Amino acid sequence: MLRTHGDYRLSQLDELEAESIHIFREVAAEFERPVLLFSGGKDSITMLRLAEKAFYPAKIPFPVLQIDTGLDFPEVLQTRDRWVERLGLRLLVASVEEAIRTGVVVDDGRTSRNRLQTGTLLNAIEEHGFTAAFGGGRRDEEKARAKERVYSHRDEFGQWDPKNQRPELWSLYNGRLHAGEHMRIFPLSNWTELDVWHYIDREGIDIPSIYFAHPRRVFRRDGMLLSESPLNGLRDGERVEERTVRFRTVGDLTLTGCVESTAATVPEIIAEVAVARVTERGATRGDDRFSEAAMEDRKREGYF
Amino acid sequence: MDLLRLATAGSVDDGKSTLIGRLLMDSKSIFEDQLEAVRATSAARGYDYTDLALLTDGLRSEREQGITIDVAYRYFATPVRKFIIADTPGHVQYTRNMVTGASTADLGLVLVDARQGLTEQSRRHAVLLSLLRVPHLVLAVNKMDLVDFDEGVFRRIYDEFTAFATKLNIPDLQVIPISALQGDNVVTRSERMPWYDGASLMHHLEHLHVASDRDLIDTRLPVQYVIRPHSDDHHDYRGYAGQVAGGVLKPGDEVLVLPSGLTTRVAGIDLFDREVAEAFPPMSVTVRLEDDLDVSRGDMICRPRNAPTPAQNIDATVFWMTGAPLRVGRKLAIKHTTRTARTVIREIQYRLDVNTLHRDLEATELGLNEIGRVQLRTTVPLLCDTYEQNRTTGSFILVDEATGGTVGAGTILGAS
Repeated sequence: MLRTHGDYRLSQLDELEAESIHIFREVAAEFERPVLLFSGGKDSITMLRLAEKAFYPAKIPFPVLQIDTGLDFPEVLQTRDRWVERLGLRLLVASVEEAIRTGVVVDDGRTSRNRLQTGTLLNAIEEHGFTAAFGGGRRDEEKARAKERVYSHRDEFGQWDPKNQRPELWSLYNGRLHAGEHMRIFPLSNWTELDVWHYIDREGIDIPSIYFAHPRRVFRRDGMLLSESPLNGLRDGERVEERTVRFRTVGDLTLTGCVESTAATVPEIIAEVAVARVTERGATRGDDRFSEAAMEDRKREGYF
Repeated sequence: MDLLRLATAGSVDDGKSTLIGRLLMDSKSIFEDQLEAVRATSAARGYDYTDLALLTDGLRSEREQGITIDVAYRYFATPVRKFIIADTPGHVQYTRNMVTGASTADLGLVLVDARQGLTEQSRRHAVLLSLLRVPHLVLAVNKMDLVDFDEGVFRRIYDEFTAFATKLNIPDLQVIPISALQGDNVVTRSERMPWYDGASLMHHLEHLHVASDRDLIDTRLPVQYVIRPHSDDHHDYRGYAGQVAGGVLKPGDEVLVLPSGLTTRVAGIDLFDREVAEAFPPMSVTVRLEDDLDVSRGDMICRPRNAPTPAQNIDATVFWMTGAPLRVGRKLAIKHTTRTARTVIREIQYRLDVNTLHRDLEATELGLNEIGRVQLRTTVPLLCDTYEQNRTTGSFILVDEATGGTVGAGTILGAS
């Protein structure tokens, strides 16, 4: 039997875990149709681990929804499939390409696939009638996210209104909705990038191999190192070279950059993240670079 | 390493954002790309300094107006401890967001500008923090550099505040003279204020003992979710999942389940796939009981001779957070622990003037951001403790059933 600390103190990681599990159980108890949004990245995998713990020995009582951009890293899809298999999850996939084909979203050639995910996601939420969607967003990621509640209310158009958020006191979450509205739920709100990595280390969590340093054919664009791929046509002056790199976030491979690194294990990644001087998004997410309020604007439209 | 949650408070231009910027900067929690973005925006606006408030004011409308509207949560860690800062707005019209940030805080940090002394807002925020029973309070007298680090100025504010605080319930108060802009007494002790012999702000935050603020005597487990797998491996498993709100629970303990009033013993406590020897706040666990009782969400597991009071008539302090005023006869939804019911306002006993602490017994309503003592009646009994005894089983929120919005929050004074 596991002995706990004699002085009745929890480590900060245990306290964060307890808070997240509380949130998962609260949503499962109060919402009719929850779903977990799954990108295949470290945050959504950490959410799966927490959900697994929250309902054990029962199975996770809601499905998992992935928005497939058609531009995902194959390593990420393989990891996704391993988790689905291990936990016996019901996996739903909403495809951006399908959404373009059926006219749900419009690809004007200038809008990134990442941005087209928003319409695809909202359509999937509406189609399945989901009332709550778990997202892996963390408040330390970005200044607009730092403002968001754990239960983030979305109107019937899926929009977030940052000036009109519900007060959220103690751990008493208000999940009331009108028809057509839904709630985004952020169980990792109070976790930092480093907390997630410590947790992945402690729990031995299976994450996509692209997080670990590996040789990869890359080229430089807008100050970022992007992966060579048929999906990523080279422009004039761009030159492919092999570097030892790893990814700090997982997203659309045409926009998600990697960093040069030799960190090949989780403890090595922790050591690297602990001294990093640039945020994960600032370093490698092209989609956040459009304007100072890029994230807020996308979230208002219904993004994660 | 443990966690300290703190909420900042104070007036608009007292330097909150600068102080937070300084704490983040000195603990190396600001990243170069964030700082670069803030520098660029400051320059584009023609400032000759880097406006650290831009780090925390994350919304478009906040940046446009240069004020904080909503709580922003910030994270930093030192080798000693991890911190979550709820950076709350100073403006009166956003009091509800200040209350949101303070409800979970272990420590409230109220800033005053040494040149201005105590303002209405600093008093108001101290009152709110004491009503929310934030156990530790720090009054940071900021901008000491602008009053020549004068001990007399500090002493006057100190005396005025401690006189005011005697009327409040503040178990632990620390008053620290600082300059957030220049870093005096923020992380390291300042040599420019030799007359101050206390700790720096950071040292105080790092070494404060917060685990002892939790109630380890009165066992409370609000049942959140019933786990019944019906799988071949766990066919007969029936677990009651929840986050421990008070006390310590061990296998073999005799327990009382409310509202049924039945007693049984704890057969085992599970934390995922492991059994644990004890559970205490704020652990999220799953409890198995020896007997097959009918226990569901909204019930409470406690100890036979130490149980919360089931009550339908409740006296409470209510924080009202919406434009349309609260009046007698108003019906609302109420959420208390894991139980949701309906409630009607039976009486408004008084409205509290948070600046003077005067109780207006003639008041017939509570307007936006007003606080008062209210008597409610609920459709089903709530399993109540006083908020003074337990912040989890002594608190509730009020929801407008028409709009779905959270319109009020309350702390329980007792059954009536």
